[in-house]
Amino acid sequence: MSTVFIALQTNEDTRPIVEAIVQDNPDAIVNEAPAMVKIDADGKLVIRRETIEELIGRSYDLQELQINLITMSGNLDQTDDEMTLYWNA
Amino acid sequence: MDMQVAKKKLGLKERYAVMTRGLDWVPSYQKMEDIYPYMSYEGIKIHDWDKWEDPFRLTMDAYWKYQAEKERKLYAVLDAFNQNNGHLNVTDARYINTVKLFVSGISPLEYVAHRGFAHAGRQFPGAGPRVACLMQSLDEIRHAQTQVHAVANYNKYYNGMHDFHHAHDRVWFLSVPKSFFDDAITAGPFEFMVSIGFSFEYVLTNLLFVPFVSGAAYNGDMGTMTFGFSAQSDEARHMTLGLEVIKFILEQDPDNLPIVQRWIDKWTWRGYRVLTLVAMMMDYMLPKRTMSWKEAWEIYFEENGGALFKDLARYGITMPKCAEQIALEKDHLSHQAWSTFYNYAAAANFHTWVPDEDEMAWLSAKYPDSYDKYYRPRMEYWREQAAKGNRFYNKTLPMLCQTCQIPMVFTEPGDPTKICYREVDYKESKYHFCSDHCKAIFEHEPEKYVQAWLPVHQIYQGNCFPEGTDPTVEGFDPLAAVLDYYHFESGRDNLDFEGSEDQKNFDAWRGMATKNV
Amino acid sequence: MHIDLRTVTIKPLRHTFDNIARRLGADKPATRYQEGTLDMQQTANFHYRPTWDPDHQIYDASRTAIKMADWYAFKDPRQFYYGAYTMARAKQQDTAEANFDFVENRNLADTLPADVRATVLELLVPLRHVAWGSNMNNASICAYSYGTAFSQPGIYQAMDQLGIAQYLTRVGLLLGGVESLEVAKTSWMEGDAWQGLRRYVEDCMVIKDPVELFVAQNVALDGLLYPLVYETIVDDVLSAKGGTPVAMLTQFMTDWFTETKRWTDATMKTAAAESDENKAILAKWVIQWRDRAAAALLPVARIALNERTDALVAEVVQQFDARLIKSGVPL
Repeated sequence: MSTVFIALQTNEDTRPIVEAIVQDNPDAIVNEAPAMVKIDADGKLVIRRETIEELIGRSYDLQELQINLITMSGNLDQTDDEMTLYWNA
Repeated sequence: MDMQVAKKKLGLKERYAVMTRGLDWVPSYQKMEDIYPYMSYEGIKIHDWDKWEDPFRLTMDAYWKYQAEKERKLYAVLDAFNQNNGHLNVTDARYINTVKLFVSGISPLEYVAHRGFAHAGRQFPGAGPRVACLMQSLDEIRHAQTQVHAVANYNKYYNGMHDFHHAHDRVWFLSVPKSFFDDAITAGPFEFMVSIGFSFEYVLTNLLFVPFVSGAAYNGDMGTMTFGFSAQSDEARHMTLGLEVIKFILEQDPDNLPIVQRWIDKWTWRGYRVLTLVAMMMDYMLPKRTMSWKEAWEIYFEENGGALFKDLARYGITMPKCAEQIALEKDHLSHQAWSTFYNYAAAANFHTWVPDEDEMAWLSAKYPDSYDKYYRPRMEYWREQAAKGNRFYNKTLPMLCQTCQIPMVFTEPGDPTKICYREVDYKESKYHFCSDHCKAIFEHEPEKYVQAWLPVHQIYQGNCFPEGTDPTVEGFDPLAAVLDYYHFESGRDNLDFEGSEDQKNFDAWRGMATKNV
Repeated sequence: MHIDLRTVTIKPLRHTFDNIARRLGADKPATRYQEGTLDMQQTANFHYRPTWDPDHQIYDASRTAIKMADWYAFKDPRQFYYGAYTMARAKQQDTAEANFDFVENRNLADTLPADVRATVLELLVPLRHVAWGSNMNNASICAYSYGTAFSQPGIYQAMDQLGIAQYLTRVGLLLGGVESLEVAKTSWMEGDAWQGLRRYVEDCMVIKDPVELFVAQNVALDGLLYPLVYETIVDDVLSAKGGTPVAMLTQFMTDWFTETKRWTDATMKTAAAESDENKAILAKWVIQWRDRAAAALLPVARIALNERTDALVAEVVQQFDARLIKSGVPL
């Protein structure tokens, strides 16, 4: 499978998001740069609202990700509960 | 009516559907083809606009909320940057030349994207793509404006960007990015979406923004880094739109495939040629390098784009053929481009220089198969000549490629010692090209590309002198007249970095900031 | 205590970009509105003609009958560049959200008298389609007009109208659920009261002159619709009948119109002041589209106003005329 990725700005807001992504995608690889954190995964990456909410202790709208998003790769499917990046081949 | 019955809470997808396509209707007082007049002439067949899948489902309330937060953060950083003379924190003053290149070459394109997406966002009969395009139109004016606002502070202290709007419409090398976007916005709405939405935003934008922005971060330019990352966060939405457009068009009718494939081939090549400027910026203009152009191309195009084209294979789309030639050029592109600008530094709005010994060592390491063999000797020779007071400025005008408008400086695929020339005879005239790909693009639409406003032709025809210039007078200096027409101040905006006003001022100001004088 | 905050003072070479300095007549600091607006649109040496409109350049002042020596004579009194625009709207959105929450959490929708609720569903909800039409028309204005000073507010107006269409959708969802949207759409497509207005909106969609479209949509239609529906019907007539919660749900529209008409007025004033030819063309457009808009709005207003309709619509038209005359358009 090809690699999908998401890159976020490195800051207080994104720290728990990255943690949640790692929890939900144990095989994902986190590349840290001073200003940017890029997370690669093989074929598919899932970001779950509930996991983030557990870590930050408040309700979270996945659209809030927009504020700190830098770039991504893959097809996107977004619902209230999950944001999924994937390749079909 | 019993309103106590709990109203069903709509999920994101259903809610977004009633907030967008639910608003639309099939007109009956005016004909569809009069309201959407540009939908058929490109030959794309769409049978059901409702099959469109919305990628990000942002309603306006959420859009305003999140975008305002981004803007607040961005302008807070810009204000702090300005108040603290942030420009003195960059690695060295050579870096600022990348900012000049960016504001005169790229920012005006963001503006064209704004108008182009307003046009596309008006013309598609589907409510979903229309809303997505209009949101992108709104984002693009954001990018144009935040870039101008970020660069405004540099303009106060450094030369070369003081009249960048004027320059963009006139200067020889800026016709490369300008003609690229003019080409896109004058194409039909579907081709515009494939050119900008897909080829540029999805396939190439990472190559523009990520290296440029991390380059800015690495070189201490907090202002540029912040607008860059902030703009890029909108790009994620735009990239997704570009990908959905391609999938949607291909799923609608098998006849669309050859048209879309031709557009992808064309626009990947057109976009790549524009990125020549980025290649030389990465390899030569950033005092602290992040990665080489070649490495960036391998990660963001070969690896990433490879995954994308593999995914699109199920629709019959293949990797653009030009990828093979680009792979052959990746060891040469930035060196050939920088050499060209080194030559023409008298007619550019930024400074050039010969890389120092450390930088040459870096280039040798990154380009083991090409730098020492083909380019280092040339640059060492220039360095020797400059040391003897013979800094060379080329004042004859180069032949330009009719399609990409870059001077014909690129070499034959596979032979870096031979300049590549192609030509076509069309209606009594001869047209010249830098490559087979630019030639093929011309041959498909000659009536479009014969219109190109080629700066060198225009100069020779006398169209690039200030009004009232008499070129027949004794001692007429054509280059000086052209620089006047460009609004360049000769001796301040152009020539070598060594000895420039930028260099002197930066050293003096930095001295004031770091020493007691 | 005295704190001496020291930063290095260096003298700038210039205060703004040359194009701005030329327009301001001096090299002095410029506002972000000026730097983000003036000369942003390309003006010279276009490479190719649009394949979709070969008779014009990419940006072409001759797409309209209105003539300006300088299209940057226009100025948005709100000084909206993107940042100022989104921050202003985000603030209004906060208020709107709080209002929706207030009405929802206290079940105020259920306390509405039945006739008020019926009027809202019948009158307000179909207007979401009118706002959607305005979204398209303002996209046209932005895409095909000349000069950023004129075109830029077009995209803001387009997105505002999309936002309004979405607020009206939420009003429908809150008061009548998804079905109310379907009922409203059927009225819009087939109901006698709405056909004049729908024809008006569809006719606007084929206007090629961006300034005429600006007059038809933003000056004439909105100039009558907003005072009539939001100021007269919602804030006055319905509130008197116990419909105050409705006014909370449409506060965005009321505030928005008060704000945007400053821009439409300033734009008309600048265009009219340019020449007698412009005055005559604008007057012709205003009269033609005003009369059509007033006629189209009559049956719609009747849903809420009954026998008072003619008098109240006439009053709104009178106020409209006074506004336009003040902007220098001879009516």
